[in-house]
Order: sequence, then structure tokens, then C-alpha cells
Amino acid sequence: MSFIKKPRINHPGLDTNAVGLTIQDYEGAMSTLCAGCGHDSVSSAIVQAYYELAIEPHRVAKLSGIGCSSKTPTYFLRPAHGFNSVHGRMPSIATGASAANRDLHYIGISGDGDSLSIGLGQFCHAIRRNVDMFYVIENNGVYGLTKGQFSASADVGSPARKGGGTNEIPPIDPVLTAINFGCSFVARGFSGDKTTLVPLIKAAILHRGFALLDVISPCVTFNDHEGSTKSYLHTREFEQTAVYADFVPIRDEITASVDTHVTPVTLHDGSQIHLRTVDPDYDPFDRDSVVAYLREHQNKGQIVTGLLFVDETAPDMLTLSSTTQTPLVDLSFDTLNPGAAALKTLQKQWR
Amino acid sequence: MRPTDTLDPDFYHRVVDCQWACPAHTDVPEYIRMIAQGRYTDAYLLNRASNVFPSILGRVCDRPCEPACRRRRVEDKPVAICRLKRVTADLSDDVRPLLPPIPLEKNGKRIACIGAGCASLTVANDLLPLGYEVVVYEQLDRTGGLMRTNIPAFRLPQTVLDNELNTIIDMGVDLRLDQRVDSLATLLEESYDAVFIGTGAPRGKNLEIPGRYESDRIHIGIDWLESVAFEHTKKIGEQVLIIGVGNTAMDCCRTSLRLGGKQVKVMARKPRGYFKASEWELDDAEEEQVEIVVNHSPREFVINDGQLVGMQFDVFEYHVDDEGKLQQELIGEEFFPCDDVILAIGQETAFPWIERDIGLDFDQWDQPVVDRTTYQSTRAGVFFGGDAAFGPENIIWAVEHGHQAAISIHKHCLNEAIDDRLPFGMNLVSTKMSIHEWSFSNDYEGANRRQMRHVDLKERFNQLNIEVELGFSAEQTTIEVERCLNCDIQTVFTTDLCIECDACIDVCPVRCLTITENTDEPTLRAALTVPAQNPDQPLYVSATLPQTGRVMVKDENICVHCSLCAERCPTGAWDMRKSTLLIPYAADEETATWQHKTA
Repeated sequence: MSFIKKPRINHPGLDTNAVGLTIQDYEGAMSTLCAGCGHDSVSSAIVQAYYELAIEPHRVAKLSGIGCSSKTPTYFLRPAHGFNSVHGRMPSIATGASAANRDLHYIGISGDGDSLSIGLGQFCHAIRRNVDMFYVIENNGVYGLTKGQFSASADVGSPARKGGGTNEIPPIDPVLTAINFGCSFVARGFSGDKTTLVPLIKAAILHRGFALLDVISPCVTFNDHEGSTKSYLHTREFEQTAVYADFVPIRDEITASVDTHVTPVTLHDGSQIHLRTVDPDYDPFDRDSVVAYLREHQNKGQIVTGLLFVDETAPDMLTLSSTTQTPLVDLSFDTLNPGAAALKTLQKQWR
Repeated sequence: MRPTDTLDPDFYHRVVDCQWACPAHTDVPEYIRMIAQGRYTDAYLLNRASNVFPSILGRVCDRPCEPACRRRRVEDKPVAICRLKRVTADLSDDVRPLLPPIPLEKNGKRIACIGAGCASLTVANDLLPLGYEVVVYEQLDRTGGLMRTNIPAFRLPQTVLDNELNTIIDMGVDLRLDQRVDSLATLLEESYDAVFIGTGAPRGKNLEIPGRYESDRIHIGIDWLESVAFEHTKKIGEQVLIIGVGNTAMDCCRTSLRLGGKQVKVMARKPRGYFKASEWELDDAEEEQVEIVVNHSPREFVINDGQLVGMQFDVFEYHVDDEGKLQQELIGEEFFPCDDVILAIGQETAFPWIERDIGLDFDQWDQPVVDRTTYQSTRAGVFFGGDAAFGPENIIWAVEHGHQAAISIHKHCLNEAIDDRLPFGMNLVSTKMSIHEWSFSNDYEGANRRQMRHVDLKERFNQLNIEVELGFSAEQTTIEVERCLNCDIQTVFTTDLCIECDACIDVCPVRCLTITENTDEPTLRAALTVPAQNPDQPLYVSATLPQTGRVMVKDENICVHCSLCAERCPTGAWDMRKSTLLIPYAADEETATWQHKTA
């Protein structure tokens, strides 16, 4: 970690976005992660995405659990709300927060340990409920904060950096898991490739419902060695992009594309994401074929990236439960607490 | 683009904007760091190596370094480089024992320098340690040339001038004061191995308009300043008009205020923004309540009964036309009463004492033909420097001319080709001390430029020679040195080590780094994280990166050398290395020749 603070210097060429903020207004504190950590690149991509979407930072709530990944909300969107929960319990907090105030943008930052080990149950149920949030798994295949033990996403045959151990336990693939639990937006990116990561993040932020983004985010200290399947070099070699996503903000004119493989998906605010499938047979709207495609490439050792599955029609948790359109904080006390008589009337319904 | 050749000393030299802009290439960031460390004598000596007169230049340099300073592109005001130079002079110990020894046994070569100003004395400074005998001819009874006669003592005290000039004189200059050279041909008959002409630009320009010769209250600026310096002129009328708005005009108006002038007006032909005077000299004059009147062009001197009573001016209005040129329109006339007029509209060289039939060519403007690299005239063995060479410039240019002429003279005396000169060299050394610890202060100091303290406005007029600027206090110095961005601590990139993790790009506070596909320069400049819009500042382009075949591109424009890219780099592909420009002087040519002979 650096001893100096990142100086705030106004570059004369620095632009402002639609709400008059510079990208610096979306930054956070100096990272204390290892130099070269993929997570810092993810934070940087998140900063860029919120800046480009011109979402005011104070309209965002950052939620996280425990782990290297879960430290990172400190490093972006300084003015946003934040909640650092118990290990693996971030989805519950996000669910509650979303129920209380539907107007905020929720971003959950998690890692392969936080989501796939201790918090797997929470993760699955948040997907089932289709909580309206953007959920990032910064996936590096190791428990970095406890010095590099294999995590639940480590591939079979992965060698440990030290000691000669090899992982023999099959991994949990967050993407397949999410699709199986009915997730309405599933994507995978790579921290070392921001040109594809940033549009994925923007689409995930504006998707209504649970948007999962699994990011291969190399652990430069414990899992960037030869033989690792989550290193910078390995990911670059075996990355197989199934779908390129081009984000088209609502402000921009949407022009007809000549490319026949382009499928426009309208997000709930009216923005569009243009999906360009690399394989003409790939159908990002057909759950079964997506699962088959992912399995096939997984067996070949390839890492499929892009916006892999999307369903903009699935109702989110708040729609399903018909909760109030007004954030609870904006309701009057009388409305929020109608009194003992109203409670009695309510209870009578079930007698 | 092709990968940047960082081994070419020019590349990193250009990044050090101040040093690149300085005619003598003073190693500014290094001397500022020395001040920060309290090494004032070292800082003075480092200055002296390139600019020879730190104490003088720390007060009156034209500071080409400051407009170039990177700090100006990051915020508004540059680092107070010139003021810090004065700090080195104010706090330095006596440096005489630390200067190169003068050999008792001479090399048998005799050099004549004409004029005892900064150019000639720089030549003497460079050649005396090599065993030369240097004879300096001066028409006045004291040294310093225009530095003494034209810069008022309230800006440059005589003691400061004497101290630095005498350091060189005492190296063993054969000084011939009161000896005017009236014929170069005669001088050349004497047994000199080379002659250096550093006679400045001693002739003030005249203004030939009606009434010019009908009063003795119309003065030529530089002659009048000289007369004041020599205490022949001790007073002036209450109403004074200065014609011209260059730095000499500023010296004239401020001197007038100290000799009895009450209403002193500087008359400018053009609007503000087209003035020749340096910004800070204008500020200092206006602080003393000098009025600058714009858009007035002199028409005639008004004489009544043989007495100068005022001046008539044409009044103009200016506008910029479609081609960006300034157009003037006459809108009237105006009369200004005055007791004295001082003409400060420029100065020029004068060579009535150089015969035109001795193989020394003059051009169509009657200027000697002088080579821009060697400073030799068309007659072998005769060299020019300072204002005498190419017309009025500044002291720092004269010093650089002197250094280069000294090299030429040395090579001339050795019968070597004078245009076969040593190139610039460069040293590049890592500043890494341990993890995230560097041998320089890399944290960004956000403070604004410190203001120079001045003597109280009333008190300063009590005497002609009270120095107005007090110098920086210890507190001011402490902050100002930290404002320097250490541009000579270079961000050095090793392509093979990069794993393209983007850490440097993400952390850079000014977003000057990008990894992208290589292409031509205009496309690349537009494609950067923040587009590189300053064409004067170079791009660094790496070789092809090992993993993706892209390139690392750095826009050098406003990098603040905070070292965070190197701190966040997991593989040490970025490193902070100090580049030191190796500037060849006459002594280095001597060493090179000696090495060549013994090799």
C-alpha cells in the first residue's frame, strides 16, 4: 500500500458527465490491496461505469461482506452509502435495503469465498427472489486475505503457489449456478479487459432484477503463477467471448445496425444493450442452450465471457411482493405505522 | 508509432520542461531538492555549473523556465524557480575554495575578451581552469557591463554583482579597465590565440519625431540608467513620461520615482498583452503606482520657449482581425504634460570599431555573421557572444553563448574542428529505496505559489539602492520547494515485465496512461484515457506488450511524477529513475581530448 494519498489534480482535459461531475468525483480512498490486484481494476471499471451513466454517487448503496473483494467499496464512489456486513451475509442486507428504499442503486461486491463458500445459501436465495441489485463476484480462485488457500471456484488440478499442493475438489461455477437458480441477468468479464467490462457493468446497473457479474480478477500475490487457471496470462489465452455487449445510453440515438448478429435488449430505463454473438447459434435468451454452451466450453478449459444470459421480463422482488413505490423513508409516520387498530384488522384476515 | 527511444538524452530532457526551456539547461529540480535538504552550497554550485551567476540571475533572470514549468499546466502559477535560485545564493557558504583550481603552469594560449560583462566572464570562467591566460578589455572603469549600468541597484545590488563577478576575476583574469578597443584589426595584430567579443548592445534606439533635439530633457533610457548608476544624474522632474513598455522602461520608471518623479507614466503604443516587459516587472512597477497608459503612439515633443512642456500622442483603437492580426485605427490625439521624457524603445549593437575589411562579414542589417552553434564569426579565431552576437537577449542567453564560445575557443586553440562537439549525455538511476519509498519527496504539495516579500512602499524610496525584494523566508522556501514536481524523476517503463493488469492506469491521478492498440500519432493521441491535446508535449510509446500485443502509452503533458504508477505496479515494470543531463563544457572537451590521446 502506498504512503501518499492520490493527489486530486484537475486535468484540463477532464470532461464532466450529464450531471456535471468529473470521473474524480466517483473515486474513493487509496486502495490498500496488493499492487496489481484485479479487484482494483474492477473498482476502476465501476467508477467509469457510474460516471458514464451519470448516476449521482449519493444515489448508490455499496454493500459487501468479508474478503479482499469486500474491502473494495471503500475505493470507489466516496459519497455513496455503504454497509460492510458479516461474512457471506451481504445478500440479506441488500434484500432488506432494497425493500426499504427502492430508489437507490444497489451494488453488492463479493468474492468467490464470500459468495460461493460461506455465503452460497444467501447468494442463491437473493437470485431466487430476483432482488433488484447489481452483484459482482470478484473471482480469483483463492482466499487471498488468509494467504492463498484454494477457494470454491478453484479448478481441479490447480497448483498452489507454494507447497506443491493441487486442488482435487470440483469448483462451483457462479455463472451456471446463477442460471440454474433463475437469475435474470448473467455475465462474465475479466478485470484485465475494461473495454468489455465497462459496458457489462453499465447494463448490469440498469437491469431491473438480480444482475450477476462474475469477474475473473487475478490474485497477483497468490494466484498469478504458472499453472493457475485464474492468472492474467491464462485468462487472456483461454478467454472465449460468446457475446459482445455494446451499451447504448437512452440519450444516444439508436441507429439500426447492419450486423445481423446484433440483438438489441431494452433495459428498464429505456437504454439498450446491443448483444453481438460471436457464434451465430448462440442464443442468450434460451436458458437451456446457454447452459449447454457453457458446459461444452468449460470442458474444453475455456473461459466464456460476455453477457451470457438475459431475461428482461422476469419480475423483480419488489414487483412480486407488491410493496409500496415510495421509499419507506419518504412515508409519513402515520402511513408507516397505521396503529394498533389497523394491525388488528390485518390480523383478522387470517383468522 | 515507433517505440520511444528513451536513450536519446533529448527525450527525458524534454520532460524536464524548465531545464529544456533554460538556455543554459540549469538542472532546476535537482537544485530545488538540494534546497529542500538544506544543501544550499551544493545547490549554488549546481546552479553555477550551468548559469555561472546564480546570485545575479536569482534576481533579474528573464526566467524562460517559469512559463514552461509543468506546474503551470496543473494549476495556474509555476514554481518560483528564480526566487529559489536566489535562496541558494542567499544561504550558500563561500564557494571559492570549492571551485576548480587554476593551474599555476599555463597552457601557453592567450585569449582576449572584449567587454567585461556576463558573456566574456563566462568564457573566462570556463577557460581559466584549463590553463588559459584570459585578458579582458573594458571601456568603463568597472566590470559588469549592462548588468551594472542598466539594471538599477534596487533590483540588483552592487555588492551582489561584485561578489559573483570578482569570483571569476580573481581566478586570474588579466583585467584591463578603462581600455576601450578602438580597432579590432590592431588588437588582432597582438599575439592572441583567439578573440571573444562580448560588447553587448550598448546603443539605445532613438525616436526621430518633431522636437526631438530642442530640449535636453529627452533621454535615451539605457544611457540615462548608466548615468544614474554612475551617479552623474541624481534627479528628474516631477512629471515623467517613459516611451516604450519593455523591461528597460520598467527600470526607467521605477528609477524616476526614486529621483524625484511624482507622476510617472509609461506610454504604450499597444494594448496590454502586447507589452514586451515581463509580467512580474509590470507588477512591480504598478505596485509602485506607475501608471501604464495604453494605445498612445508618440507624435511630437511639445516645446514652449525652448522648454519641454509635454508630448502629443496619437490615440489608437485596436482589434484583432479574422486572420488573428492586430489592426489599429486612429481615433484621436491627446496631450500629456511632462518635465522629462525617457525613451525606452529598444537597443542595438554597435560595431564602429570593427574594420569591415578584415575577413569578418556583416549581414544586410550590419550585424556580424555568427554561427549559431560555434559562435565563430567568418574570421577564424574571432568569436561573438551575448547581445553582441545576435542582438539583445537576456543574461542567461549570454551565459550560454559564453559556454559554447569557450568550447569553440578551446577546440580552435587545439586545432580541432570546432563544430565536432561532444553531444549531451544522460545518466538514469533508480530512486527506489524500499517498498513505496523513494529518494525524493513524491507527495503532491497543493499549496499556491509563495509571494515575494517586498520592502515597505514608503521606505523603499528613501534611498536609490534599497533592494526591494527581500528574498524568501525559511517558511516560504519550505513550501515552495515542495511545489516542484520533480520532473527529472522519470517514469521508466520496462515492457517485458508488464502483465497488463491496469493497476498503473487505474491509480494515475491525472490519467496519463493508456494500454491500447498501436497506431499513428494523431489517432493515438485521441484514443488515450484523457486525449493528449497538448502537441508540444511528447507521447511515450512502449514496445509491444508481451501478453496482448498492445502498447503502453504515456502522455507526458501533466504527469506529476507522484510515483503511484510505480508503487502500484506488481512487477516493477514502472520505476522512478532520476535522469541527469550531462552537459559538455570546455573542461569536458579537454578531458575527452586527453582520453582520446591516451587511449
